[in-house]
Amino acid sequence: MDVAQIIANGIVLGSLYACVAVGFSLVWGVLNIINMLHGSMIILGGYLTFFAWRDFGVNPVLALPVVAGLLYLLGFAIQYVFINRVVSAPVLTTLTLTFGLDMILYNLMTVYFEATPRRVTLDLGGVEILGVALPVDRLIGMALALSLTAILFLVMRGSRIGRAIVAVRMDREAAALMGIRVERIYAITFGIGALMAGAAGAIFAMVFPVTTNISGLFLGKAFVICVIGGLGSVPGALVGGLALGLIESVAGSVFGPQHAILVGFLLMLVLLLVRPTGLVGVKGYE
Amino acid sequence: MREIAGWTLFAVWIAALAAAPFLGDNYTVRIAISIVMFSALAQSWNFIGGFTGYPSLSTAAFFGIGAYVGAIAQRNGVPLVLAWALAVIAVAAFAALLGAVILRLRGHYFAIGSIAIVEIARLIASSWSEVTGGGNGLNVPLMKGGPEVVSMFVLYAMMAVLLMAVAATALVARGRLGFGLRCIEQNEDAADMVGIDTTRYKVAAFVLSAVFCAAVGAIYASWVGYIDPTDSFSILLTLKAPVMALLGGAGTVLGPVAGAGAFVLLEEIFWANFLEWNRAILGGVIVVLIFFLPGGLLGLRLAGLGARKPTPPPATAETPR
Repeated sequence: MDVAQIIANGIVLGSLYACVAVGFSLVWGVLNIINMLHGSMIILGGYLTFFAWRDFGVNPVLALPVVAGLLYLLGFAIQYVFINRVVSAPVLTTLTLTFGLDMILYNLMTVYFEATPRRVTLDLGGVEILGVALPVDRLIGMALALSLTAILFLVMRGSRIGRAIVAVRMDREAAALMGIRVERIYAITFGIGALMAGAAGAIFAMVFPVTTNISGLFLGKAFVICVIGGLGSVPGALVGGLALGLIESVAGSVFGPQHAILVGFLLMLVLLLVRPTGLVGVKGYE
Repeated sequence: MREIAGWTLFAVWIAALAAAPFLGDNYTVRIAISIVMFSALAQSWNFIGGFTGYPSLSTAAFFGIGAYVGAIAQRNGVPLVLAWALAVIAVAAFAALLGAVILRLRGHYFAIGSIAIVEIARLIASSWSEVTGGGNGLNVPLMKGGPEVVSMFVLYAMMAVLLMAVAATALVARGRLGFGLRCIEQNEDAADMVGIDTTRYKVAAFVLSAVFCAAVGAIYASWVGYIDPTDSFSILLTLKAPVMALLGGAGTVLGPVAGAGAFVLLEEIFWANFLEWNRAILGGVIVVLIFFLPGGLLGLRLAGLGARKPTPPPATAETPR
């Protein structure tokens, strides 16, 4: 494979990765929680999109906002009912709690949706640009992933909710004194995290088969991307996602695809030790 | 008083488990082995997770590497017990090196780093086919004797590891090391300031948390006769150890044993009765545990007894001394 193709594949994959990780990163950065549910939420988004397409003939691009909205409600409810009670507990408590919730969600999905790999096949063909072959469904997925990430960035920058989330992240007590309802912001943040997971799942279902068995794989990707890019910021997830996509694409063609994931993890471990704030992270956030 | 009661219960429990081969059928012995194995894993996690509060999620890495080293050694003709010892030594060295590096991380970063070790180990085991057999796994030479003899031997071997882990915990809890580790849990910077060599203490706890897992992993490999990367380096296993320790009471001497026993028995009941829903039910148990049993089972017992005493124990589950 030539270099241009490898890089193009990496960028397409990386854009999807950015979308996978951005919600996880937001939740970690703002709530200080490692959300073990994230992988399963992505799968849930993928499954919902698949069934909407197969059983009702809904185009995945149209299903995406609805699926994302449902996931938002789910995330908001989970945070409000469960996680808000232990939000300031040590990492082990919140990690264990979200893992317990993940086991429940995972089990529900395997029982009701079965673990069969599911994929929306749109058969849109491919295009060739400057000798680089790209399937159209992947290009659409990439465009969707990038625009969603951009929208989230603008929301965090410009909207009242976004500013409130950033304020809570910077100083919870001060934000509360300014009249921000912190618990509510937490629930909204977790909801947005779930929303982005659902959207990422919808996009992935258009491009790759999704199954419950790979929820751990997505979670692992989210870990790696967050550490590479830096926590809690949208640009961090974007940089981390693109970096991981490129690394996996290049490593896959140099060392073989089975080693690509390993290279990503090793790089993450090195970065954790030398630069825990990530490539574009800010110092001073734990 | 309370301490004596605790140790008496522990002795009765161990005796009951040890009697399993004589009183029950093969199924009972399998459950007993499972209980002892997870007790040892939870007890190991307690050194680093319970005493220092570092959210270590490396249990499955130590377990898996132990299983692989033991299996590979045995395949190359090393006698059984020597192969197990080799596994322990290899993992101890690995944990010491790894700990010196990774224990510089704190909180969430340490959790992520330690869980990444499990993934990395799994990926290496599945891609290094010449040595580890890759995704096909490895067959381990079967032990001599019939299935009943083998399971009895495995049970007692695991039990020996568990007893050593408990004894080590009791020694650490009373000694200088335990004191230092608890200081680190309270405030690492302050501990450092008053002259505790925090790095050395943490690495010691990390190595202690690794060696028993390695022994258990190597024994497990000999017992089941076949290991593969997914089974040996499972994220579920790595999370079960802290959940069990938390269920019993993290940072206490006997808590992990109580938690592991309760957890394995619950799991067994769910497997038997609600096969399809067993994962969800376990998840539910974890959620309930977080909300209603923050101090673990031992915490519950202490609180119940403490209510009738003039000085109630602190809310956080302290070691019963």
